[in-house]
Amino acid sequence: MTALTIYFNDIYRAISSALIGMRITIRQMVSPTVTLQYPHEKKQMPDRVRNRLYMNYDDCIGCELCAKACPVDCIEIEVMKAPPTETLGETSTGQKKRIYVTKFDIDIAKCCYCGLCVFPCPTECLKMTDVYEFSEYDRNNLIYNFGTMSPVDVETAKLKVKQYDEEQAAKKAAAAAQAAAAKAAAAAQPAPAPAVPDAQVTPAQSEQPKGPETPPTQQ
Amino acid sequence: MENILAFLNEPAVTMVLLALIPLVFILVYALVTIYFEMKVAAHIQNRLAYMETGWHGVIQPIADMLKLLQKEDIIPTSADKFLFILAPYLVFIGTYASFAVMPFSSGFIGSNIDLGIFYLVAASSLVVVGLLMAGWASNNKWSLFGALRSAAQIVSYEIPGVLAILGVVMVFGTMNMQTMTQMQDGGIQNWLIIGGNFPLGQKLALFPFMFILFIIYLLSSMAEVNRTPFDLPEAESELVQGYNTEYSGMKFAIFYLAEYANLFLVSAIVVVMFFGGWTSPFGSFMSGTVWSAFWFVLKGMSFVFLNIWLRWTLPRLRVDQLMYVSWKVLTPFALFCVIAIGFIMVI
Repeated sequence: MTALTIYFNDIYRAISSALIGMRITIRQMVSPTVTLQYPHEKKQMPDRVRNRLYMNYDDCIGCELCAKACPVDCIEIEVMKAPPTETLGETSTGQKKRIYVTKFDIDIAKCCYCGLCVFPCPTECLKMTDVYEFSEYDRNNLIYNFGTMSPVDVETAKLKVKQYDEEQAAKKAAAAAQAAAAKAAAAAQPAPAPAVPDAQVTPAQSEQPKGPETPPTQQ
Repeated sequence: MENILAFLNEPAVTMVLLALIPLVFILVYALVTIYFEMKVAAHIQNRLAYMETGWHGVIQPIADMLKLLQKEDIIPTSADKFLFILAPYLVFIGTYASFAVMPFSSGFIGSNIDLGIFYLVAASSLVVVGLLMAGWASNNKWSLFGALRSAAQIVSYEIPGVLAILGVVMVFGTMNMQTMTQMQDGGIQNWLIIGGNFPLGQKLALFPFMFILFIIYLLSSMAEVNRTPFDLPEAESELVQGYNTEYSGMKFAIFYLAEYANLFLVSAIVVVMFFGGWTSPFGSFMSGTVWSAFWFVLKGMSFVFLNIWLRWTLPRLRVDQLMYVSWKVLTPFALFCVIAIGFIMVI
């Protein structure tokens, strides 16, 4: 091509490509917009979307599987074994509750929305909802307290457990003493023996409710 | 009442009142066009633009204006204070003064002088002085580069632009803008873009050259108002904001206002020269003082729309491409057209 044809060819291409571009933009202008007026209209979330965690406290049996599954340790649970004489009711799946759940906190700020806590739950009380608007002005508000036991309730429960433990300990001590006595009687041995099992049993039993407070072990 | 009438008939008062009409028009037009541009831009990109303030955000420009009015007026310490303050007003004055010879309607023209379009070219050239002043006084590299580019661009593009105007003036034999418009009266077939109100042979001969001149003037006018694809002085990806980087608050608003006023000005020149100014496209139907103002604004706004449309279509040119377009394409074509028109008009 000579310089002159290149020159005119350039002019032709400049004008024609500009016209093509203008045709495209005017088509875009009359085509419907894609903007979602967010606060006024919201997008339908997918069915299995993982957003804010929800926990149904009434169904919790205090197994702590969710806290163990959580990779970022955002679930904090404190439990206390209830005496068998107490009736704590049943979960909606028909499982009997045997443990006081004195504290069930989820720090949603730490949550990474992996959903790993949802699957191990035997009573399906944990689930991820489609709520995604839960920003707060104070960081502490992001720690959700799902536990419904008031401090008074907790104190009463503790008292009951202690009472029961003491009863049990007393019973055991009595039984042990009986057994020891029987043994002693049978073998006609001196009797320092009953004191030893008694001392061993009592601390072990009274420590049991505190067990869950130990730092969560690696799964 | 009579006192008021007597006061209004005072020549000085009449002059001020007449001068205020374009100013009021510019202010209202700028508000409308800012909204219009945002909407067009958004819809070209399949967005919605302002939706919150008022119905579809119609009062957003007013809110923006109020915000700009309240803003702190910052003058950089190392800036040349006098020039820095003067620059935006000079830019606006250059544009505003050009509106004096604009025939808004058959019944209204600020100053019906015979030098018309010549004065207009001269007055609107004042803008480049203001821009250079702003860039220099800001004492900022980006501003200075923007101003230099702006000066280079406006000076380069003034040549094909003025040559295009020259061609049109040769056809009409007058520089008076009101006379130009009147010569195209009588309907769409008399507009210069179709060949003007001339015998058929001459009309057919003129038509292609008029079309080329129209394209040339349109492109050079776009370059003169510093709009994309010729927005190198304000190239935000390269120069922050160009010559008005350091400006804030009301001074920035005046630059903005001048830019939009300039946009209408060049559109109006296109309309007066090629599209019959305020004349109705249907001959005597819908013509009259008020109707002619309506046609003038409508035609002007459609060219403003064309400018906006092109702005959101084309990417920015490179500096050398910009100069190439002006010196190697538009100027030779304009010269050729001027010579050809000369022959046609003589024959």
